[in-house]
Amino acid sequence: MSPPEKLLEARDLAKTFGKVAAVRGVSFALRRGETFGIVGESGSGKSTLARLLLRLIEPSGGGVHFRGRDLTSLGREEMRRERRHIQMIFQDPFGSLNPRMTVGELVAEPMHAHDIGERGDRGARALKLLDEVGLPAAAGARYPHEFSGGQRQRIAIARALASEPALIVADEPVSALDVSVQAQVLNLLLDLKERHGMTLLFISHDLRVVEFICDRIAVMYLGEIVELGDKAAICGEPRHPYTQALFASAPGRPKTARLAGEIPNAADVPSGCAFRTRCPRAFDRCAIDHPPLRALGGERFAACHLVEPAAEAVS
Amino acid sequence: MNALATILEVRGLSVSLPIGGKLTPVVTDMNLSIARGEAVALVGESGCGKSMTARAIIGLPPPGAEIAGSIVLKGQELTQLTPSERRRIGGREIGFIFQEPMTSLHPTLSIGAQMTDGLRYHLGLSRTAALERARELLDRVGIPRGRDILAGHAHQLSGGMRQRVVIAMAIACGPSLVIADEPTTALDVTIQAQVLDLLARMREELGLAMLYITHDLEVVADFCDRAIVMYAGDRVEDGQPEQCLTRPRHPYTSGLVAAIPRMGGTSARLSPIPGQVPPVGAWPAGCRFAPRCAIADEICATRPVFDAGVRCWRPLASPAP
Repeated sequence: MSPPEKLLEARDLAKTFGKVAAVRGVSFALRRGETFGIVGESGSGKSTLARLLLRLIEPSGGGVHFRGRDLTSLGREEMRRERRHIQMIFQDPFGSLNPRMTVGELVAEPMHAHDIGERGDRGARALKLLDEVGLPAAAGARYPHEFSGGQRQRIAIARALASEPALIVADEPVSALDVSVQAQVLNLLLDLKERHGMTLLFISHDLRVVEFICDRIAVMYLGEIVELGDKAAICGEPRHPYTQALFASAPGRPKTARLAGEIPNAADVPSGCAFRTRCPRAFDRCAIDHPPLRALGGERFAACHLVEPAAEAVS
Repeated sequence: MNALATILEVRGLSVSLPIGGKLTPVVTDMNLSIARGEAVALVGESGCGKSMTARAIIGLPPPGAEIAGSIVLKGQELTQLTPSERRRIGGREIGFIFQEPMTSLHPTLSIGAQMTDGLRYHLGLSRTAALERARELLDRVGIPRGRDILAGHAHQLSGGMRQRVVIAMAIACGPSLVIADEPTTALDVTIQAQVLDLLARMREELGLAMLYITHDLEVVADFCDRAIVMYAGDRVEDGQPEQCLTRPRHPYTSGLVAAIPRMGGTSARLSPIPGQVPPVGAWPAGCRFAPRCAIADEICATRPVFDAGVRCWRPLASPAP
């Protein structure tokens, strides 16, 4: 079997804001067609990472390769053209929808910006996209404030689809929605992803949502990926002590070990392993040596001195 | 239930708000009672009336609100009190914890000043005694070095620490009832678990009656003794949380539970409830859930009565005895 095609690859990506190390050397590859989840608590750097991938902010180090091109080396105009293929959906769709434009105009706008289709056809195509996300054609003539939170997120999704992207980066897209509406939007994302053969990068703090929608999951802590692997492995048999504690805290899980303390300040990252200050299994070495993200075999990775690679991965 | 142990008894509570110049019901026929040491969850989606129920009990409804029905706290009818009597009793007997601790903490007053305020007013403590009591309270909610915290301000604390301070303030005057409105929703899961543990410990140690408002039944299932599910201003189901999750009787409860992604679940799609919650002022005359209900029939055009734990003409299979 040939290895899965890499759509996007982050290589040792880093971002510091003054003294704050928000993202510290993150590397991973997105496979075409998959839904890749990034979970972490606030301060883990997951939203900064998303913005780095789209070059909405400039990295302090490392690079992003999209379909083989290094995005960090592109000029302004080239980057603008490349954005057509990577669209983003945010937690609060209201913040990303211009209140003075009708919904139809909002959905057609990316087609104008990226010169997609004939000018005269764009309005009709916008209505078709609205239909695809479950909104009536009449919605096109109305304004964003006339819609509920779930409907606004549908509008944002239609707008993201308008430029026919290969990748959608969704940052907490359902976190502000009520449970019954959240389920509608999650199902819609899955349907659209299948229909359009898109790749989805899904960022969330909600473990239940991530487990439901993702194929593979990366767990972030203080700006780093501490564990990465298939959904079943990460959720079912987490290996890193942080992942274990995180999933043990999820609603509906039997209450076992509680994690003490809170995530440290990113301006003052602990030496060695960043998680050691809260880790129930930390020992001397954890304060000195920084554990790299190592392959465990079976396409699993973890950054912990106590997690040994499986024998087949070593041989 | 022993009548003496009942802390809060709400009967036939209705709340109406002036919306677009017209008094519009937002909560109707609400009944609930909480005994000493008991925790009751009020569960529902935005706009179902759960927070408005809490505000009516606290005595802080929005301006222009009209409240009918009875709210009895430790044998005293609260709705008959003057506003100043209400404040005096409410401040001592009811503690509140809100979702976003920054909204209940003052940004420029020191934590100490905020914590001692209530202690001095309600318990008549001196400044020194109130500060000492505040330090003890912080210790009790798991904040060591209380003295440093008391001199500091809310913005210097993490979200989890702020919520601990708010919990300390809620229990400061020895309340018999604590109302917590989504107290962990804004917190990370590992911190959420810590705060739930703390609330459970406080409830046990102090014998508190607790009303816990949430949109996520699963979060509080093993924390609460009873769950009341609300939809469009109505109490639609009242039962044990575990039963609501595994054997719901109201089709809305069933839909709500099915819409939550479950850890370890294997289905390819979730089961959302079709349509949307009807806006306040546009509730159907009969069963308010009927337009979204898969099993609704003609009788559902008539308003169902609340009977045997459920407000539904066609409840799902009864729970096993």
